[in-house]
Amino acid sequence: MTSTPMPAPTPSTPVTPPSQAPTDAGFQTGPLVDPAQAKVPGGTMIAIDAISKWYGDFQVLTNCTTKVSKGEVVVVCGPSGSGKSTLIKCVNALEPFQKGQITVADTKVMDKATNLPKLRSRVGMVFQHFELFPHLSITENLTIAQRKVLGRPKEDAQKRGLDLLARVGLSAHANKYPGQLSGGQQQRVAIARALAMNPIVMLFDEPTSALDPEMVGEVLDVMVELARDGMTMMVVTHEMGFARKVADRVIFMDRGEIVEDAKKEDFFGQPRSERAQQFLSKILQH
Amino acid sequence: MLSNFDFGVVTASLPYLFGQGMVFTVTLTALAAGMGVVLGTLIAMARLSGVPGLKHVAKVYVELMRSLPLVLVIFWFYFLVPYIGAWVTGASNPVQVGAFSSALITFTLFEAAYFSEIMRAGIQSISKGQTAAASALGMTYWQSMANVVLPQAFRNMLPLLLTQTIVLFQDTSLVYVLSLTDFLGAASKVAQRDGRLVEMYLFAAVVYFAVCFSASFLVRRLQSRVAIIR
Repeated sequence: MTSTPMPAPTPSTPVTPPSQAPTDAGFQTGPLVDPAQAKVPGGTMIAIDAISKWYGDFQVLTNCTTKVSKGEVVVVCGPSGSGKSTLIKCVNALEPFQKGQITVADTKVMDKATNLPKLRSRVGMVFQHFELFPHLSITENLTIAQRKVLGRPKEDAQKRGLDLLARVGLSAHANKYPGQLSGGQQQRVAIARALAMNPIVMLFDEPTSALDPEMVGEVLDVMVELARDGMTMMVVTHEMGFARKVADRVIFMDRGEIVEDAKKEDFFGQPRSERAQQFLSKILQH
Repeated sequence: MLSNFDFGVVTASLPYLFGQGMVFTVTLTALAAGMGVVLGTLIAMARLSGVPGLKHVAKVYVELMRSLPLVLVIFWFYFLVPYIGAWVTGASNPVQVGAFSSALITFTLFEAAYFSEIMRAGIQSISKGQTAAASALGMTYWQSMANVVLPQAFRNMLPLLLTQTIVLFQDTSLVYVLSLTDFLGAASKVAQRDGRLVEMYLFAAVVYFAVCFSASFLVRRLQSRVAIIR
């Protein structure tokens, strides 16, 4: 029995010629951050003080201590399961922790007296899986928290929302639903939704991990712009290119511990720990 | 073969059957379904709340209602509600609530148990990420429920909620035990009076079938229209 060779693949042609391909409005110029919001560097925004966290008997975070200054961009990296996502979720108390304390803008996160919803409304968060509200249009996604949480009038909320939508280059999609947008577009809307609340700090939990490779760039562009506008950012990511470009500091985590907490130049130049060296050599080979 | 039957009795009694009987059935169904969904949603939220006492009370309530026959519950409530009313208000005599109110309360409480199971599944079908996103934006538990979780849960569960309402529509015929006259009761009365049992019960069956069948059809149509774009 002879095997028939597979037919040669036909050269792929683009479905639509580039000239007819749908385009976004493109990035608009102008700051993403209110000039008033962009804090002058200096002063502590987030202080993570010796926190530990257990799931039952399993310890996910061990004595983590670090801080993020105002205007600083800190990238948290490390292998899967190292606790980096858990750490960032502790910052706005989406995950409770059992020991230690986190202080955001002088407010203790784990404290009965703290009004958590109020604190969270000042801390923007972007999730791996976007988490736009699928039953609401893009405009409603951008305005609902402004109206219900901050009590902004509908017109003001819409103006702020559509303004930010334009800044991330998606004005044409204002009346669509999240399910009609690509992953990259949804994540840009999610960033705009968080920014609409005028946050004092932004947390990113692997914002590009769930994206198709060709959409990573458009999301990172928005984040780079945000960093350059002076936003305080804590970013969990595997995108070392992003870290090199805009990070001030890099935190490397492994098995629930902060192994390395160094200036970007030092981290990429000469990581002190062996584990960080191994990690870097693995992900930078490609 | 049908020569012995006289369907004239049906046409003669149409105004009574629909003007009184069907109006009663539809009113009771709509009110009990509306209130039952609201109460059922609250019970579902209680069960999922994680608050120890609340959680268990809700669970026991649902299990109890689901393991009792409806007729029994209707009877019990009819005889008990006046005494409960007297106990709550501190009156010395049983409070007269009337058969209709008693039926409405019973159906609401009974159906709430079934609606709560549907809503519990609906709430659980919404990913944790959605509530996390709502919390991260500063929403309180109630804000996140009202704006994010429940609207999606309702849409996901609408077909099941309406199907349960169709069941309720049929169950309302049990009010005959309280001497209330719903559609079936009205047909039954005419049948007994004129000795036209076959004609009237046949007609009643056709009407129930027609209403429920077209309702199910509409539910399926509606399902595709309210579905969330994903």
